[in-house]
Amino acid sequence: MTQEPAIEARDIVKLFGAGDHAVRALDNVSVTIGKGSFFTLLGPSGCGKTTLLRCIAGFETPSAGEILLDGRDISQEPPNRRPVNTVFQSYALFPHLTVAENIAFGLQMLNRPKAEVSEAVARMLALVKLEEMAGRKTSQLSGGQQQRVALARALAPQPKVLLLDEPLSALDYKLRKEMQVELKRLQKETGITFIFVTHDQEEALTMSDQIAVMRSGRILQIGSPRQIYAHPVNRFVADFIGETNFLAAQIKAGRAQLAGGVEIALDPGRADGKATITVRPEHLRIVTPSGGNVLQGKVTRSVYFGTDSYIQIALEDGTELTVRQQTDAAGSVGPDVGARVGVAIEPGAAQVLED
Amino acid sequence: MARRDFSVSRLPGFAGTAIAVFVALYAPIAMLVVYSFNAGDSIAIWEGTSLRWYARAWENNQVTDATVRSLIIAGSAAFMATVAATMAALATTRKKPFRGQTAIYVAINQPLMVPEIVTAVALLIFFAAVKVTTGYQGLGYLILAHTAFCIPFAYLPIRARLEGMDLTLETAAADLYATRWRTFRRVTLPLMAPGIIAGAMLAFVISLDDVVITVFVKSAGQDTLPTYLLAQIRRQVTGEVNAISTVLLCLTVLLLTAFFLLTGKKS
Amino acid sequence: MSLSEAKRDAEEVRRNWLLSTPALLLLCFGAIGPLFIMLVYSFLTPGKYGNVEWIFSTDAWRGILFSKDIFDGSLKLADAHLTIFWRSVKLSFLTTLFTFLVGFPTAWFIATRAPRWRAFWLFLITIPFWTNLLIRTFAINQIIRTEGLLNTILLKLGIISEPLKLIYTDTAVFIGMTYVYLPLMVLPLFAAIDRFDMRLLEAGYDLYATRISVLRRIIFPIVKPGIIAGSILVFIPSLGAYVTPRILGGGRNMMIGNFIELQFGQGRNWPLGASLSVLLLVIVTATLLVYVKFANRESGHG
Repeated sequence: MTQEPAIEARDIVKLFGAGDHAVRALDNVSVTIGKGSFFTLLGPSGCGKTTLLRCIAGFETPSAGEILLDGRDISQEPPNRRPVNTVFQSYALFPHLTVAENIAFGLQMLNRPKAEVSEAVARMLALVKLEEMAGRKTSQLSGGQQQRVALARALAPQPKVLLLDEPLSALDYKLRKEMQVELKRLQKETGITFIFVTHDQEEALTMSDQIAVMRSGRILQIGSPRQIYAHPVNRFVADFIGETNFLAAQIKAGRAQLAGGVEIALDPGRADGKATITVRPEHLRIVTPSGGNVLQGKVTRSVYFGTDSYIQIALEDGTELTVRQQTDAAGSVGPDVGARVGVAIEPGAAQVLED
Repeated sequence: MARRDFSVSRLPGFAGTAIAVFVALYAPIAMLVVYSFNAGDSIAIWEGTSLRWYARAWENNQVTDATVRSLIIAGSAAFMATVAATMAALATTRKKPFRGQTAIYVAINQPLMVPEIVTAVALLIFFAAVKVTTGYQGLGYLILAHTAFCIPFAYLPIRARLEGMDLTLETAAADLYATRWRTFRRVTLPLMAPGIIAGAMLAFVISLDDVVITVFVKSAGQDTLPTYLLAQIRRQVTGEVNAISTVLLCLTVLLLTAFFLLTGKKS
Repeated sequence: MSLSEAKRDAEEVRRNWLLSTPALLLLCFGAIGPLFIMLVYSFLTPGKYGNVEWIFSTDAWRGILFSKDIFDGSLKLADAHLTIFWRSVKLSFLTTLFTFLVGFPTAWFIATRAPRWRAFWLFLITIPFWTNLLIRTFAINQIIRTEGLLNTILLKLGIISEPLKLIYTDTAVFIGMTYVYLPLMVLPLFAAIDRFDMRLLEAGYDLYATRISVLRRIIFPIVKPGIIAGSILVFIPSLGAYVTPRILGGGRNMMIGNFIELQFGQGRNWPLGASLSVLLLVIVTATLLVYVKFANRESGHG
């Protein structure tokens, strides 16, 4: 992956409606997306991720700001002049055309010679493994097959950037997992920059090179899946990506003081004062309550998930913690409800949040 | 520079054409209405507002006779067509398919598929023979013809209403010890009522507007309002025709608006 | 099925037929039955003062295309008849084409309005659809009359020096039929466009299509059933038009409908009128059957 940018969005503002009732769907969004990368826009519905994607595709025009594609401003260009293709959430396959005709459509619109079009169609059919379906109408295909046609159709004109708008949301769980692998493979094979929109954090973590977490029209954090998961910048990101616990803390000289006199070491350079820290459930361990420097609490609930158990513990100050504990060979599910336990935080696991 | 979104549904020249179409659709009707209030004789030169053409139409015995005749025919035809259509709709909707059901359906909709002029000619021939045999010359022929072509128009809204109705309501009534007849009276009929009223209004409007079949079927001296107008238009046109047209137009629009309010509420 | 159940079903079917009887009887005497009598009349001999004489003859059917020479009794192609058929077909075709050309943008316009406004625009199309055809034709008549509004305005503006002679021409009939049948085109087109998935257009533009190619390659093929339905709804009544050509075409510019009427008036040839009516009915029914077959095939494979 090179660091040369494929897409640069600068200070994008998108208002819907006018006057006092205008909604800021995008609020000064800036993002740089590297060439050949798998970039994911992640956030809850209404966060602006689809609007940003549609601005890049050309279906929405930003109210302010510019979008550069390979360094050229395209924000005023209509969608049919942008070398960018989209895989739509609904697939939007043409019902009156066959699979092959759907895939050929973009190249035909670009007035490519017939030979080149049929060659590209054959290549795309092979790429998405739908050679036998070439002559079928799209309504005769299964959901997964339709998804592949949509992909092949968008990839056929060899766009500089491929936009994918929650393309897997209509598929069932097993098919979704398969398509995640498939998408990653296609991205590697074609080398095309993928911009992927999803509200599913698991999907984002497993597939992306880079993730931008969005909320209320703003980008909160951009980073690799590992960075986003391990070092969330604020409470929203930490909560949205995976399960987590929040604890109130007092920071003093590089250490966080928690309830019950527990103290943990932090990365240096933190300002003193009140703060919230976050710890993932898998970084908490249940220990005997008598040990030193451990949080004290009572088990309120224990849920068995096969490989793991989630144990909920109420601390003395009322804070609820969730501990994730791997099931051992004996199948033990941890302490009984009502038991008094101690909770230890693994060294280096606690993250201080910005707000 | 104002930035505008790319509209996918916009097509060049379409909005302009559409507006032109709406103007072209309403301008002639508007002119017709406006000149019904013209004080002068011309249909193109405005000479001030007056109600003289309305007064003249009102005093014209031919016009009042035709109006009464139109209302009698439309009223009787709408009534009979609606009763027949309601019964037929009950027999052909929400029922286990039976032999001949499609045939009934096709027969009911037949008047919609045959050009009016063809039906008109067929009726002229048939009624001429009947008139010779029976000697009867009254309005019955017109009422029968109008009833027949009104049946599909009454049938469609009633059928639509019935199809949208929940069968379990009737099952529930039966469960609560209602007999077949009482279920019909207390549950089915009240629920069907909007469809029946809509069907009757549609049938009334269709009968009121008919020209072709009436022209062929009517005996001498049985002019309805539309056939009277048709005869007038071929002669020297006066504002009287505009006045009658305007009244007829208002009546239709009024009934249609009521029809849409009645059927539109649900959907 | 048990015996009592079968009995109950038979009872139910009997009841359904009983309920349908009034409608069927009314239609039988007031619409369908007379068509068969008309068929019989087309094989009879015209009476001297109208009506028929009960003598079998196929003259009426031959008379559609041929006329007997007054002097030697030989059969010749009836030019006058052919002119009328040709005018009917030509004007109906032009009307269908033109209502489509202006009706499609109109239907598209309505279907792409915001939902709140859509009902309003649709209502504006529906009102003329249900209002009296005679009155609407009369409204056009008043506009294009020699002493009518169009000429008055054009003369006042100095665009023309003498009134346009529009009324009682084929053009007048064409204008009138386009005007009165336009809603019949717009409504089925609207229904088809309303079902059209606008997201397909995004896909089209995303794949580099221009506005024209989107219209030609995506919209037209998908709304084709609506286009065909609208065309049939306009073409069939145009072919059988009676009121509009009578008011706007005058006595000389007849269409089939007026020609049929003539046989029952001055023409005094009821059998010919009957045979012409049967022919018109056959053409219309055939068109409808082809359409139904086509519509079924489309939905069966779509």
